[in-house]
Amino acid sequence: MRISPKKSQIIAKTLIWAVAVIVILLLIFIMAYILVKGLPTLSWQFLSEVPRDMGRSGGILSTIVSTLLVTVVAVVVATPLGVGTAFYLTEYTREGRVTRIIRFCAGALAAIPSIVYGLFGFIFFVIYLKLGWSVISGGLTLGVMILPTIIRTSEDAIRAVHPMYRDVSYSLGGTKWQTIVGAVAPSALPGIITGVILGIGRCVAETAAVILTAGSALRMPTSLFSPARTMAVHFYILAREGISMERAYGTAALLIVFILIINVAANILLNKFVAKGR
Amino acid sequence: MDNRAKINIKNLNFYYHDHQAIKDVSLDIKYNEIYAIFGPANSGTTTILKAINRMCDLIPGTRTEGEILLDGKDIRSPDFNITELRRRVGIVFEEPVPLPMSIFDNIAYGPRMSGIKNKVVLAERVENSLRMAVLWDEVKDKLHSPALRLSGGQQQRLCIARILALEPEVIMLDRPCAALDPISTFQIEESLKLLKERFTIIIVPHNIQQAARVADRAGFMLMGTLVEEGDTDQMFVNPREQKTSDYITGRFG
Amino acid sequence: MNNLKEKLIGNGFFLIALSTLSVLALITVFILIEGVPVIAKVGLFNFIFGMKWAPSQGAFGIFPMIVGSVSVTVGAALLGVPTAICCSIFLTEFAPPAVSKIVRPAIQLLAGIPSVVYGFWGLTFIVPAIRNFLGGPGLSVLAGSIILAIMILPTIVSISEVSILALPRQYKEGSLALGATHWQTIRSVLLPAAKSGIMTSVILGMGRAIGETMAVIMVLGNAVALPKSILDPARTLTTNIGIEMGYASGEHQQALFATGIVLLVIIMLLNSAAQLIVQRGRD
Repeated sequence: MRISPKKSQIIAKTLIWAVAVIVILLLIFIMAYILVKGLPTLSWQFLSEVPRDMGRSGGILSTIVSTLLVTVVAVVVATPLGVGTAFYLTEYTREGRVTRIIRFCAGALAAIPSIVYGLFGFIFFVIYLKLGWSVISGGLTLGVMILPTIIRTSEDAIRAVHPMYRDVSYSLGGTKWQTIVGAVAPSALPGIITGVILGIGRCVAETAAVILTAGSALRMPTSLFSPARTMAVHFYILAREGISMERAYGTAALLIVFILIINVAANILLNKFVAKGR
Repeated sequence: MDNRAKINIKNLNFYYHDHQAIKDVSLDIKYNEIYAIFGPANSGTTTILKAINRMCDLIPGTRTEGEILLDGKDIRSPDFNITELRRRVGIVFEEPVPLPMSIFDNIAYGPRMSGIKNKVVLAERVENSLRMAVLWDEVKDKLHSPALRLSGGQQQRLCIARILALEPEVIMLDRPCAALDPISTFQIEESLKLLKERFTIIIVPHNIQQAARVADRAGFMLMGTLVEEGDTDQMFVNPREQKTSDYITGRFG
Repeated sequence: MNNLKEKLIGNGFFLIALSTLSVLALITVFILIEGVPVIAKVGLFNFIFGMKWAPSQGAFGIFPMIVGSVSVTVGAALLGVPTAICCSIFLTEFAPPAVSKIVRPAIQLLAGIPSVVYGFWGLTFIVPAIRNFLGGPGLSVLAGSIILAIMILPTIVSISEVSILALPRQYKEGSLALGATHWQTIRSVLLPAAKSGIMTSVILGMGRAIGETMAVIMVLGNAVALPKSILDPARTLTTNIGIEMGYASGEHQQALFATGIVLLVIIMLLNSAAQLIVQRGRD
């Protein structure tokens, strides 16, 4: 029997709508599941006290601080390198072998699994450079990991800048550097910041690469060379070793809230950027 | 009118890859005149402007031959400072392109590039330039709002003011009114007539009538060659060349 | 003076741009240095096809983990790819603008959720469900595939959506003008035309799946044995590293780096395939 085009259209349309609705419901379900179980645990005490008894009691302050420190190191390292590379690719060279090689490398870096970054960070930063399990080792590893994200979003943002802005700046007597700083960078800035924010999101969410490089010591880090346990690692250990499900949910909920804020911020910026570009 | 030449173009040839966009063009532009370079699309009019302030250097695959002298000095000689050239010879593009910043910052952009940081000097420059471009009264209360909110005509006058803030010697305008309504066009043409007291102006008009209205002298370009040049009054009433006459009377183009 | 400054700045940017190259080289070199000796000692064939992984006895065969990685990845692709393609068709063709404006960032949000959270959700929700309804220990290839299918959705959706959106309007208009229905147009004009982009997205998605560690650790059971059905537990290359790096030392640790080499090679092959398809699609 042949199904008429009209009928097959209805079937396909229904199916696709159904799948989309299921995916959305799934997303809502996962978020709600974690938030409903975890939000009640969140309290000022949970946020402001250091963990005690392996995390069974007390709060998670030291893991929040660790997450923050590791992320800051990563962003401080990756932003100049990533944005600089993007400017090199877009402003300082023509398409050719060099750009192809650099883009290939960035693509390859983006494809490397985080556990391999963990291995690399462990053998290079922790062992070879003798930085030990520390905030700095973890941060540098994450910095390398988010480099390709920042390169790609910045490059897209710079390419989206109105091409006439460059001509205008040159015609007003701007040098290349002045043109980049004065006319190109300000227009590309929201896009670049979006890339950095997405990078921050990845740092906050990352576990495998951090656990091998920053360690999992629960003490409050006192310097860049202290070992540290980030929130994601803390959550993993709490859940996997069954130390405290209640606290695991609480930590997970806080992670989700962070990620939500980061995503919303990135989206708002990006929309602003798109609106301005047109 | 000063009769010395501000710009001498001698045997200029210009190539985009294999295509020759300008063929052996020679012409002089005098102090304090409005000179119109006109012709149908793709005749090389815009290319001449871009060659004069070396914006064409930015386009890969182009080649220039011949001489362009500014006050007798070859602008293409290696010791001619290119950013200084662009400050002395400003260009206004067809499409008004305010940079995505405030009105004030747009006008102050050029002076800042040249190293002026003093706020008083900058504010003075901005005000003077806006006054000369006949835009001051409309924007004096909103200098720090985004330039992109101005109307099309205001944006183009902003672009002119932005050039004036460089305190240039020559102002080039590439079809400055092509995207504007008749009233804005009239305002810009009026301000050009005032500006020629102080500057040398080269305009590529978007139609012949504009050339006739504003220019003292004009050159007619066709497919990269300069067909005819001379006083506007003479040229539009009594052209020497048949091609010029055909174009002016609308037989082609 | 000015020229010199500009030149210095240009060279500075070039040096910065070399960072990606040098970082990639560093990663490759250091992981090779650590991992190659073990592979050399055990023999490449025995390392890859060896069935026994017993570090204390010096037995390093990773075949069960390769099978584990491949099976969860294939499982994730079977579940995730059709879903993702439906979502991208939905976003580009069916969803009203107001809906896609919400759904699009929502799907991207899936990419931001920490993988440990997915793992935990799988552990507390999917695993018991499988145990109760389908039998077995619950910790299984199926559980891993389901979690990974959700995790690779955003990658596949965003890239294939872009490639569908990039098609010239005329394709769609031409087909509709010839009397084809909207669905016929999607199926026989748009999807084939966007094929290379969709293929790329699928390959990159599979790359993500095969490289994922933390989510899989929590739901896979991690037994070092060939899984006989999708309800059996398994161990992947990544989880092998993730579980044992914590306490491994000496040769054992090197064997984990060797596992990393195999993982890296697989990823690079997938990535090159994706880039090849992108390039071919462009020509």
